[in-house]
Amino acid sequence: MTETSTGRTAGTAAGTKKFNIDTVENAAKTPDTELPWAELGLKRNEFDEVVKVLGRRPTGAELAMYSVMWSEHCSYKSSKNHLRQFGDKVTEEMKKDMLVGIGENAGVTNLGDGWAVTFKIESHNSPSFVEPYQGAATGIGGIVRDIISMGARPVAVMDPLRFGAIDHPDTARVMHGAVAGIGGYGNSLGLPNIGGEMVFDSVYQGNPLVNALAVGVMRHEDIRLANASGKGNKVVLFGARTGGDGIGGASVLASESFDDTKPSKRPAVQVGDPFAEKVLIECCLELFKASLVEGIQDLGAAGISCATSELASNGDGGMEVELTSVLLRDPSLTPGEILMSESQERMMAVVTPENIAAFEAVMDKWAVEYSWLGEVTDTGRLIITWDGAVIVDVDPRTVAHDGPVYDRPYARPEWQDAVQADSFTGSVQDAGRPSAPADLAAAITELVASPNMCSKSWITQQYDRYVGGNTAMAYPDDAGVVRVDEETGLGVALATDANGRYTYLDPYHGAQLALAEAYRNVATSGAVPMAVSDCLNFGSPEDPDVMWQLAEAIRGLSDACMVLGIPVTGGNVSLYNQTGTVPIHPSPVVAVLGKFDDVARRTPSGWREDGQAIYLLGTTAAELDGSEWSNMRGHLGGLPPKVDLAAERALGEILINASRDGMVDSAHDLSEGGLAAALVESSLRYGVGARIALQDVLDRDGVDLFTALFSETQGRAVVSVPRSEEIRFKDMCTARGFAHVRIGVVDAEGGTLEINGVDTMNLAALREAHEATLPKYFG
Amino acid sequence: MTELPLIGGTADAPGPGTLTGARIGVITFPGTLDDRDAARAVRLAGATPVALWHADTTLGDVDAVVIPGGFSYGDYLRAGAIARFAPLMSVIIDAANSDARLPVLGICNGFQILTESHLLPGSMIKNDHLKFMCRDQILRVENTTTAWTRDYAAGQEITVPLKNQDGQYLADEKTLDALEAEGRVVFRYVGFNPNGSRRDIAGISNAAGNVVGLMPHPEHAVETGFGPELGSSTDGLGFFTSVLNKIVGDNK
Repeated sequence: MTETSTGRTAGTAAGTKKFNIDTVENAAKTPDTELPWAELGLKRNEFDEVVKVLGRRPTGAELAMYSVMWSEHCSYKSSKNHLRQFGDKVTEEMKKDMLVGIGENAGVTNLGDGWAVTFKIESHNSPSFVEPYQGAATGIGGIVRDIISMGARPVAVMDPLRFGAIDHPDTARVMHGAVAGIGGYGNSLGLPNIGGEMVFDSVYQGNPLVNALAVGVMRHEDIRLANASGKGNKVVLFGARTGGDGIGGASVLASESFDDTKPSKRPAVQVGDPFAEKVLIECCLELFKASLVEGIQDLGAAGISCATSELASNGDGGMEVELTSVLLRDPSLTPGEILMSESQERMMAVVTPENIAAFEAVMDKWAVEYSWLGEVTDTGRLIITWDGAVIVDVDPRTVAHDGPVYDRPYARPEWQDAVQADSFTGSVQDAGRPSAPADLAAAITELVASPNMCSKSWITQQYDRYVGGNTAMAYPDDAGVVRVDEETGLGVALATDANGRYTYLDPYHGAQLALAEAYRNVATSGAVPMAVSDCLNFGSPEDPDVMWQLAEAIRGLSDACMVLGIPVTGGNVSLYNQTGTVPIHPSPVVAVLGKFDDVARRTPSGWREDGQAIYLLGTTAAELDGSEWSNMRGHLGGLPPKVDLAAERALGEILINASRDGMVDSAHDLSEGGLAAALVESSLRYGVGARIALQDVLDRDGVDLFTALFSETQGRAVVSVPRSEEIRFKDMCTARGFAHVRIGVVDAEGGTLEINGVDTMNLAALREAHEATLPKYFG
Repeated sequence: MTELPLIGGTADAPGPGTLTGARIGVITFPGTLDDRDAARAVRLAGATPVALWHADTTLGDVDAVVIPGGFSYGDYLRAGAIARFAPLMSVIIDAANSDARLPVLGICNGFQILTESHLLPGSMIKNDHLKFMCRDQILRVENTTTAWTRDYAAGQEITVPLKNQDGQYLADEKTLDALEAEGRVVFRYVGFNPNGSRRDIAGISNAAGNVVGLMPHPEHAVETGFGPELGSSTDGLGFFTSVLNKIVGDNK
């Protein structure tokens, strides 16, 4: 397969390499030339659409652009119709702090005092399976560049991870690579890693999920958008050189080369250079500060294809670009490959002619390479030339925005009813449910040592959480907290959550539960939830069962955002996460961002002061389906815990007020592992135990001790209250009609966690069990 | 000189800052990460932080220099190996060795740059466990006569964050013996050696005591609520008040 059939040649700028160049003129003359559209991932109808849009067959370079920009990853063609709900279901309350919404590189939220915050979560799943280190590293790199593109200084990252079974031999490969990659790249950028998630489940064995979140801050006047405006303004590509990495399907176009000395196999996974990215961050911030760029776009998926078409279509005109001006790492790259290359650490900007010298001075200061590729025009066309010959002549909107949109068929899976009918309670796996004091203590120890509930410090101690000097809280607290303004203490809190098992049992409510937990985590830290970003990790949209899961999850999430009054400001969809016909659990990872007027008010998750009263907020029902306990016993069925968003909101307000008014010294939300996990985690946080009695809970809620400890009923938290604040705290809960009961006191002396009806647990032994699991499997 | 694009900017940040008139330079290389943190620590100690750029050829009128942590030039060759050749490093090496004995503190990557510059002996290699490690680390201050440790008590134990990939301190036995004999082991890891460093060495000084290098990060332990959780969380401030007191004392 070749890009051309006529033997028309063009030299590169260097004049050393010759390719057969398929020009627009040639394409018009040779309508019947076979093109490798199928190999590039286009469907027949999509290729026909390209021909219709252009009024002729595409050139090889145009085909490369359309194929990658119309891919699922770039065009959201299967999810677009559903994702609209995030924009449609928006109230005035949700809009009031949104400065930039969905559609830009990342949404921007107003923090007050002239500050704005931007954050986004993205997936880098399949590259991280193929090559875990580089896949995870460049996942961090890509999301950080999205944040820079908005004009913000990145200030923190987080990394929600989902891997296969902890004892599967391949899990260690992915774990070691991904964690080292996130650390190796993120640590070198000077961005504190403030939290994340780690879930092991065999459903992710062949499809690990490596999501990455970045948050950045800026002054309002510094917000930058990706558009190319102003005829005559110059287009510049800067940062790393363009190489052959990350080309993937585009390599089928490689045969256009005359010589066969070029590398035969191009890596489909991008290779990261964190040093180049760090320099790029500082260099971009200097450009922004001096107002030297009119528009800016990072180069991520689809590289130059994406950057040129998005900048041009979001601007007011067109763009002309000379492709031989691109600085190359590998001079044998063909035009199609250059357009599709996903080489990292590159940015494209639009600069006015009068700012060129100042722009170049900043590049020289940071020793960043750049090349001027062309300029903005008013023709409405994106024209790309190769040594003067036109190889792309398109309406950029058709590339960037008018891709195919599919209404994929979806239907509630036939098996869904059977799964939901299969409750854990009374199942085979439920046999021998512990009730004796010794058995309950053993069960709690087993729970906190289990792969999903064990300490993640083996991972987090490989990440720098201090750099920047603004980290007020990080793992293992409920949310990561970063100070934005040193003068006032203004800051943000972030948490990410998803429970694939809940979402498998009920996608609509499962997605809402992910949001509810992230919201609760942020409120537990004391911050006011403000905005949402989501990374929707699902199987193949061509499977109606999966498509139903996706549709339901989006519907559930968007409905819940309305109730909680916080908008989705951006996100990402990752589909085709399946091995053969077996998809992963639907895994909508939801990130919630909250605001602190002063991060000094943050609430940590652990007990410290002897004698403080411990309260359980919220009521407990028998909800073990989909729980960690049932997961440990090998059961997955029934219905996930009930969602009560009004209760979440009420609980959130109590936790936020309590933090602001100094009524609580610690707060920890109840989620996976229920009360048992929360009590142990609050004890181990600072090595301070407690004496707990749950009789009032059992009497009030009509549950047994096992259920009180292991149920995963939502809308609950454990707080510790100084004696002097107890009356005020109780009055507040009573006034708001929120269930609260005193369950014990902090015990700083005993070194134990005592729960009535459970054998006393030694904190040192609990810690040993909690912390030994990951080192045992991963060294 | 360069102006760092800081969040909020160095100038308008809170803190005493200019009380003493002392000016402490913080050098930035491409890939430096903890420069803003070091500048904050200088400011909180009561001095004025001065941003220095690796390509500068003069130090201006700074009274001391901090070489902060990070991954200068990506540390792709060997930590600190390229930064050592920056124009400003030649100036710093001369000033440190001059009669004026310019106080120089190298933190983490800065320590690595100081050994590469031969201002301090020995070298750092990859941690013995081969992983990056971030933790709150207890150190014992073994020498309180250096420019950077005079505000500590002899034998005082302090907690400061440690975070590095290449933190294992190595030197030949003769050098190690000499360092011990001359009291130039300034900090030792207590309780846990996080990287396999010889003789638990966390930081050392030159013979004159004006140049100090260490792997842990005192600039991350200068503010309540933003440093180590156990202990005082501001144990690192003593580095910066020490040099400030020295500068102010010397000027009297």
